Amino acid sequence: MNCTKCKTKAVIGLSRHNAAFCKVCFNGFVHDQVARAIKSEKMFGKDERILVAVSGGKDSLALWDILLKLGYRADALYVNLGIGAYSEQSHVKVTKFAEAVAASHGATLHLHTVEQEAGAGIKELAQLIHRPTCSTCGTIKRYQFNRMAVEQDYDVMATGHNLDDEAARLLGNVLHWQEEYLNKQGPSLPASVEGFAKKVKPLFRLSERELAAYAVLNRIDYIVEECPMAKGSKMLQYKDVLNRLETESPGTKQTFYWGFLEKQRAKQPMATTMTEKDRAVLHPCASCSQPTTAEICSYCKMMARAKAHSA
Amino acid sequence: MQSSQRRPYHPPMQIQLSHPARTVEVKGPKKVKDLLRELNLPVEAHLVIKGDDLVTEDEMLYDWDQIEIRPVISGG
Repeated sequence: MNCTKCKTKAVIGLSRHNAAFCKVCFNGFVHDQVARAIKSEKMFGKDERILVAVSGGKDSLALWDILLKLGYRADALYVNLGIGAYSEQSHVKVTKFAEAVAASHGATLHLHTVEQEAGAGIKELAQLIHRPTCSTCGTIKRYQFNRMAVEQDYDVMATGHNLDDEAARLLGNVLHWQEEYLNKQGPSLPASVEGFAKKVKPLFRLSERELAAYAVLNRIDYIVEECPMAKGSKMLQYKDVLNRLETESPGTKQTFYWGFLEKQRAKQPMATTMTEKDRAVLHPCASCSQPTTAEICSYCKMMARAKAHSA
Repeated sequence: MQSSQRRPYHPPMQIQLSHPARTVEVKGPKKVKDLLRELNLPVEAHLVIKGDDLVTEDEMLYDWDQIEIRPVISGG
């Protein structure tokens, strides 16, 4: 199989684009897809400060790498969740990338350790407050990334969600007709109220396989092991189903998710409606001032319950 | 017509897999896409790495090649 662009030996075939690329042309393709995502969704400009949420996985490290190579001002935050050896390994991967690649672009890595603030790792916290680990993890990560972005005056927060993540999430929301979540699913979420950072997903045009290939080809040392807490999760099941469909009918995931975005855009400008809705229901948490629909935000409630149980 | 020369025996390909980490043996030569189909692994969810290089689905793999099939799916 030869590269569609330069006719040298290809390293990856992309059935959904009816194309194959060598390493150089594939890197060009990936960078172009991210640049198109940033432009089409008005995510950020070259003079804005971006905070990338990194986990040590392929998507977030690839995102940091791509943004730096495209010339953006991107720092990163890593949240150490305290999941034993898994967190230790991912911490090492992120630190190595920051030193070997990001530092030469003048980028900074921020660190937050859950155990230092909460007194326990994510698994123990979830047990203490009787909530699923993945939901506890989601609440903590959303809270800490938003807090860092707001406190350190970043213009926007970027996450490594890719086409597979978004298509799987859409499938889950459609299967359960969760219309409220459907309305909030998009690659660019506005800073609707004070205390909320703008959130963007510059990788939404790229599949998980394309991002893994980018990481392998560019020698990005990421954590290949799956998070031990995610085993058997619904998201992984949805991804598996979508990938079996994609293998038989290339382009299925793209048609599904991009089609959803087109319909959403045709219906109403999401940024406006989300801002209006958020302003109507959100106000500062009485404890920490981050926006919440309740008197006390879910993060502060979680921390209070954890402290009460461990006391 | 059969060749009178006998090929030296070579053990089957050692394929390194993840989630969970394990090694399986498959007799080569075999194309990447046929190997994935034989192991019931969707192309869209995997990369095949020969030595240090990423290879496409039409690449022929031989018994002496070092092969890793890397899953690409993550997230809870």
